[in-house]
Amino acid sequence: MVQLRINGQVKTVDIDPDTPLLWAIREQLGLTGTKFGCGASLCGACTVHVDGAAIRSCVTALGDVDGGEITTIEGIAAPDGTLHAVQKAWIKHQVPQCGYCQSGQIMSATALLSENPNPSDADIESFMAGNICRCGMYSRIKAAIKTAAKEV
Amino acid sequence: MSDVNQAQTKAQRKADKKAQRASESRGKKWSRRGFITTSVVGGGALLIGVGIRPGDRTDKLAKLVTRADESLLTTWVKLAPDNTVTAIIPHGEMGQGVHTALSAMLAEEMEADWDTMEIMEAPAEKAYANHILAREFLVDSGNIPGILMETVNGAFLGITKAINLQITGGSTSVRFTGAMAMQCAGAAAKELLLKAAAKTWDVSVDSLRAQKSYIYHDASGKSAPFAGFAQMAASFTPNLNPKLKARKDYTLMGTSLPRVDIPSKVDGTAMFGMDAQIDGMKYATIKAAPVHGQSIETFDPREAKKMPGVQGVYNMGDYIAVVADGYWQAKQAIEAVEVNFTSSEAGALDQAGVFAQYSKAIDNSKRKTIHKSGDSAATLSKAADVISTEYTVPFLAHACMEPMNATAWVRGGKCDLWTGTQNPLGTRAEAAKAAGLKLGDVTLHTAYMGGGFGRRSITDYAVQAVMVSKEADVPVKLIWSREETTQQDHYRPAVTNRLSAVLGDDGMPTTWNSIFVHKLDPKEASVTPYNIPNQMIEYVESPMHIRFGPWRSVDHTQHGFFIESFIDELAHKAGQDPYEYRRKLLAGKPRFLAVLDAAAKAGNWGAPLPKGQARGISIVESFMTIAAQVVTVDVSGDIPRAVHVACAADAGMAVNPDGFKAQMESGIIYGLTAALYGEISLEDGAVTQSNFHDYEMVRMDNAPEIDVVILQSDARLGGAGEPGTPPIAPAFANAVFAATGKRVRNLPIGDLSVYKSGAVGN
Repeated sequence: MVQLRINGQVKTVDIDPDTPLLWAIREQLGLTGTKFGCGASLCGACTVHVDGAAIRSCVTALGDVDGGEITTIEGIAAPDGTLHAVQKAWIKHQVPQCGYCQSGQIMSATALLSENPNPSDADIESFMAGNICRCGMYSRIKAAIKTAAKEV
Repeated sequence: MSDVNQAQTKAQRKADKKAQRASESRGKKWSRRGFITTSVVGGGALLIGVGIRPGDRTDKLAKLVTRADESLLTTWVKLAPDNTVTAIIPHGEMGQGVHTALSAMLAEEMEADWDTMEIMEAPAEKAYANHILAREFLVDSGNIPGILMETVNGAFLGITKAINLQITGGSTSVRFTGAMAMQCAGAAAKELLLKAAAKTWDVSVDSLRAQKSYIYHDASGKSAPFAGFAQMAASFTPNLNPKLKARKDYTLMGTSLPRVDIPSKVDGTAMFGMDAQIDGMKYATIKAAPVHGQSIETFDPREAKKMPGVQGVYNMGDYIAVVADGYWQAKQAIEAVEVNFTSSEAGALDQAGVFAQYSKAIDNSKRKTIHKSGDSAATLSKAADVISTEYTVPFLAHACMEPMNATAWVRGGKCDLWTGTQNPLGTRAEAAKAAGLKLGDVTLHTAYMGGGFGRRSITDYAVQAVMVSKEADVPVKLIWSREETTQQDHYRPAVTNRLSAVLGDDGMPTTWNSIFVHKLDPKEASVTPYNIPNQMIEYVESPMHIRFGPWRSVDHTQHGFFIESFIDELAHKAGQDPYEYRRKLLAGKPRFLAVLDAAAKAGNWGAPLPKGQARGISIVESFMTIAAQVVTVDVSGDIPRAVHVACAADAGMAVNPDGFKAQMESGIIYGLTAALYGEISLEDGAVTQSNFHDYEMVRMDNAPEIDVVILQSDARLGGAGEPGTPPIAPAFANAVFAATGKRVRNLPIGDLSVYKSGAVGN
């Protein structure tokens, strides 16, 4: 049994603590917004926050989260459903194409802005380089982060 | 607030509403209890021209897509008693914005209220097969997408099979389904409604007008919603050739509408195939024979079977499957299975051997002619100076972000299948075959695709899910690892192309000869757009064990690179500016010239650049869209970096300009990844690359700025999803030449040091 604090709730999962957090989130808790892309911390599709920092859940063992507060894409809007400024900017700039990587992109972007509210182009590029978008929407992602930065 | 802003806000509200509805209906569709009643809307594929044929399958389709109180007007339109118009979209959504564009095309001609229009994916029924696509193939119009190569049986296209295809691919959605089905369906629906209103009110059809799902008789001041005439309209025979609006009268088409699928893609609610949830579902993963065509000789499942959560380990012939409580457990267990595969001659092939085999084939195999004009043999034999060279490009994987997956439940003579597919009918037919069931006993529930690019037109992963569910006798979500997804792809073929040319006294080519291996589709991909009097384009076959499939823009990716690189070589040989050289060779082709000029202007062709930077240019027509690009590269680092890409494109018109722009941006990054890094190579017959560390992608820190210029012309609608890809590799390589003097003749470009040191090129 492992206890997780996730999106403001406490959940218990009956699963080997060596299992990557990703699979507990998707399969045990049914939160399918967090995606499996590579299983090796290479693409960023599985990005979630632990205590506000972006981590790759596909290589983070459940046991290593150690009581930290986990936030997934389902948990970043306000409790009343108002979208996060980053999500709004994503819609404004019509960022997603296939959309599969976008949960991870948004989780990275929100983590970036919380630690660096006014990132330069170089800051954005270097922070976001861990997230692959196979549809190649990088210029829109960058523009959306800048828009969100004005509102965060 | 400006009109534009108002329109945007309104469209945004509509998109939100629509996404909410879509999300609700998807939510229902995906629950175990829900799919029994709603599964008939689960498919998604392409149908053109069928539903609006008089006496056609409309009656049969009516049972599938309407509730008792609704009227089916044509195959693509549904009208409910509350006056809601539903666009029945026969295409899967993989990020190309097809649901948005096609519903707008329908609303445009029907005069339906797009703000309240609903969207539904068509069921995977044969009646939704892509007739126009098939017909174009049969008459050999040269506009058939390469994606048609694979049929429901995975064999090469046969004429009878062509009729049965339903595929999202080949940039067909807007140019075929949209232009020939949605618009016709909308116009036909409007005519039927007007006819019914005229009869009801006893006035002439000419005295009526339709606007935003209402019909007005201005003379009497009467008006009524569409729905009031639905019953009567459905009893009339639809007009095969309804009158369509002129482009100048469009109010929706040509405006940037917000994509209806986007809100669900920013909050995690969008349902991809990977996200299917079925009660009692187990998780499976596979390990397939690394050398395609080989199968399992011996395997020892004992260790794996002892591992926690493992339900079963299965020998499926050419792959091993493990079924477990979770994916992670299945993945751990499959690595513990000891397996030996059969051997074959292919097991000795490496990448050098592939190209050696190609060279031999070009030297010795029977040549087939694709295009011939003038007498190139005579001019070549007489020429004092023949410019000859050889280009190669490697195999490429699709690398969809969403690894291959499908969820299947085979039980009691029925099969339900949940997956993202570009080929619903083929998937359903192959699933039926694998399960030993009739087509009617298989229900396909389609989902969003986390990338398609041609890969998801092939049905292998879905068929495996069905077979594993049948074997394990439980609902199974089969997930391929990234490694399997990379090594069990159906690859863009590697190609070798030998090119030779003769220049006249003015430096312009008089002769162009091209011989290559492999050819997929479309055949015009290897033909230049240039006015060259003597041409011979030929190919040879060279069969190989590795599986091939359509890859974004299909043969245009290879031949765009070959043609646009070699023409660049000729321009430099002639001592002429590559842009001006192309202009001369495109004299009398105003669409090409306009696109080329627009790209040159947007890319500041000829303007001074900082040291270490240079520009390259290219132009390629594919899927009836002409796209030209000017790339600015910087070669001061270790790898050449694309700093800026200017892209101009003429697709006749862009139905959703912002969506079109996004498709160009996407095609450019996809092609740039291939140019810089893309290489699948064989060692001992197996693919050596496995994940994103050795099959690299362009990431944000090396993505260029992109500017897209959209041109309008009178041409028929062209594609959007693919035409952005072919021009980027040659424009990039031409810029590298301009910067370094080294000609890139083998992709990927990779490390720049070889160009700087002069180890390759001329």
